[in-house]
Amino acid sequence: MPELGPFLLEARGVRKAFGTNEVLKGVDLLVAPRELVFLIGPSGSGKSTLLRCCNRLEEPTGGTIRIGGTDLLSPRTDINRMRRQVGMVFQSFNLYPHLTALGNVTLALRKVMKRSRAEADEIGMDNLRRVGLAEKAASYPGELSGGQQQRVAIARALALEPKIILMDEPTSALDPELVGSVLAVVRDLRDAGMTMVIASHEMRFAREAADRVLFLDGGVVVEEGPAEAIFTAPREERTRRFLHQVRH
Amino acid sequence: MDVFLSEFFNVDIMVKVAPLIFKGFLQTLLLCVILVPIGLCGGLGAMLLATSRSRFVRWPAVAAIDFFRSFPPLVLLIFIYSGLPFAGIRLSPLAAICIAFLLNAASYYGEIYRAGVESVPRGQVEAGRSTGLGAAQTFLYITLPQAVRNVLPELLSNTVELIKLTTLASVISAPELLHSADLARSLTYNTSPLIMAAALYLIMLWPLVRIIRRLEHKLAG
Ligand SMILES: Nc1ncnc2c1ncn2[C@@H]1O[C@H](COP(=O)(O)OP(=O)(O)OP(=O)(O)O)[C@@H](O)[C@H]1O
Ligand SMILES: [Mg+2]
Repeated sequence: MPELGPFLLEARGVRKAFGTNEVLKGVDLLVAPRELVFLIGPSGSGKSTLLRCCNRLEEPTGGTIRIGGTDLLSPRTDINRMRRQVGMVFQSFNLYPHLTALGNVTLALRKVMKRSRAEADEIGMDNLRRVGLAEKAASYPGELSGGQQQRVAIARALALEPKIILMDEPTSALDPELVGSVLAVVRDLRDAGMTMVIASHEMRFAREAADRVLFLDGGVVVEEGPAEAIFTAPREERTRRFLHQVRH
Repeated sequence: MDVFLSEFFNVDIMVKVAPLIFKGFLQTLLLCVILVPIGLCGGLGAMLLATSRSRFVRWPAVAAIDFFRSFPPLVLLIFIYSGLPFAGIRLSPLAAICIAFLLNAASYYGEIYRAGVESVPRGQVEAGRSTGLGAAQTFLYITLPQAVRNVLPELLSNTVELIKLTTLASVISAPELLHSADLARSLTYNTSPLIMAAALYLIMLWPLVRIIRRLEHKLAG
């Protein structure tokens, strides 16, 4: 086995326990460059926990995770350096309320990447433009709609030129009429070749946009495959039952 | 009525003692300029210690904060200024005041900061850390500004209390406003100097109190 696999994200046998409650029971998540992978599964199945392990917001209790060939869990790995290569988009946006949209996007550019303010502002504006919000650069999060806030959050992740972006239910906190604007941005990113893993309940979008779908239940991957196969011909009974429930 | 005016609002006496009162006023301002930053910075330090991950740091810090919050500041000041010399530690009035106020004010400010930090949602830190910011950077650029904004009225209220507490310095004969006014009162056998001092305290603190009310209104609305 060569050290560097073809996978950008290579999580094998990931385990995570909170006290005695084992939430992830040996999960494999392998993501190739330019791939868009969806995580689906019932509430509490461990989707968020898996994503959060992939940038060590949660410390896995077992398994290995490699990103671009680097061992994420090694004590010798500079975690801050790794994290800026892994963009994270949260369900509740988590924008900094005391900074403008541009300030949100440029904070890490200036303090982590040590860019000058002028450079950071230029990169920040490019990324706000990319999510269609250049004209909102000076607005504070409180002045933006949920959909706009989530797009700023995506721009904040993009600005660091990550190798991969993880999204945890990016549209779940949005009013239905605002979901489309965020999905449009995700679609653009996919078309531009961004590697992404998205935990989502947007089954229709998953079916349309995903390269691959993982169905998680009870802390294990019950079934995985191409989106079309999972949605039209699931092999496992649990998958069938779950898909039946979310459709009705 | 005349007796009342000549006892409390005697213009002749007020003019005569004005230079003395003014000197005291400047000393009080000086105390504020020294003590408020000491308290604010000390409070930040107290909060960081009291929320440390290591319980060997956290427990003593919390105990010290509780102790100095329940210890009367006047007793503390007299102890430091007049008690410590018996242990061979002789301090100038200003040094004694600074130490007593650091211990007292830092404990109060520290608790306020802590409430502020706790009011910042966990997701803010996670967002910062996941863009590669270190723990200290995340605290400085993300948590602290929001924490301070959320407890600004409480920080300012405590500052008003702190400024009022500077009058305690008069008991160790530091030449601050109350001390000058009381000196003037004993020299003139007249209460007017105290009225002047009270007016000056009002002029200093009333605007602050108004600002606090405004902020509370704004944060609530
Ligand atoms: N910090 C924590 N401490 C203790 N238990 C936790 C913690 N975080 C998550 N859990 C537990 O782990 C399990 C999986 O949670 P997780 O959030 O990963 O599920 P999920 O698949 O994302 O669900 P949802 O669709 O509701 O977001 C749940 O039972 C949850 O209670
Ligand atoms: Mg979740």
